[in-house]
Amino acid sequence: MFDLTGKTALVTGASGGIGGEIAKTLHAAGATVGLSGTRVEPLEALAAELGERAHVLPCNLSDSEAVDALPKQAIEAMGRLDILVNNAGITRDQIFMRMSDEEWQSVLDVNLTSTMRLCRGVMRPMMKARWGRIINISSIVGATGNPGQANYAASKAGMVGLTKSIAYEVASRGITANAVAPGFIATAMTDKLTDEQKDKINVQIPAARMGAPEEIAAAVLYLASNEAGYVTGSTLHVNGGMAML
Amino acid sequence: MSDVADRVKKIVVEHLGVEEDKVTENASFIDDLGADSLDTVELVMAFEEEFGIEIPDDAAETIQTFGDAVKFITEAS
Repeated sequence: MFDLTGKTALVTGASGGIGGEIAKTLHAAGATVGLSGTRVEPLEALAAELGERAHVLPCNLSDSEAVDALPKQAIEAMGRLDILVNNAGITRDQIFMRMSDEEWQSVLDVNLTSTMRLCRGVMRPMMKARWGRIINISSIVGATGNPGQANYAASKAGMVGLTKSIAYEVASRGITANAVAPGFIATAMTDKLTDEQKDKINVQIPAARMGAPEEIAAAVLYLASNEAGYVTGSTLHVNGGMAML
Repeated sequence: MSDVADRVKKIVVEHLGVEEDKVTENASFIDDLGADSLDTVELVMAFEEEFGIEIPDDAAETIQTFGDAVKFITEAS
């Protein structure tokens, strides 16, 4: 099941914990993967680990021209582009009454505007191919809100509205657009938390543990597959029951 | 009918699934030939490919009828 042989996928934020796992999972299912991110070294390391069918495509997502050029670079490297995973994201947490324009704008630019630009950039080849998968990695916070994350939550909720609108427009062309909304996922970022902090988080999760990057990657793999062709405009919540939406 | 017009007509007939005699000079893709806005984008993409030209978005918006398309492509290619 879920065979992606012959498909190509562009994954942003592939240098991070979740993005790297998404790339590995799609690759293991047979896809050729384009690994994008700002830090070249971890991308190179991941590409070396994957071996064949892996391409490093560095891109600074706050640079709009670089973002517009990325789909073209991916097609040049891989010959085609079937699956787009917008996973890259940043946080600039701040209590809302103190949030600066810059803190707001930088998060919106990277998380939401770059997602829009990449989606727009892949439309044409996907329309021609009559097949495409757009998977935008949102967040539980986009649905529930979170103190200190007005900018991040707005960007992640924005991704859901964007995804649904795209899904409407191109559903008749064999292209699906979906979102995956992770809850708390154990990555290098959460490793820094103390045991006490982790316990506090786990109490709020019915599954009583944080999720693993592999569990997000599995959701992405499903949505990228042929089998998910009738699923579009949806948000798949992967959060251990933390928010049942 | 010119070669360009024949080729454009073939694309329109194939893409929109309409009868050839419906594709007249003043036939509007949307109003007369049943295209939706996404179809018009795809027609433009098909024209670009067939004729090896680039049709910028602002020019694409002016191509409303079969005659518009033939005229634009004849001038561009």
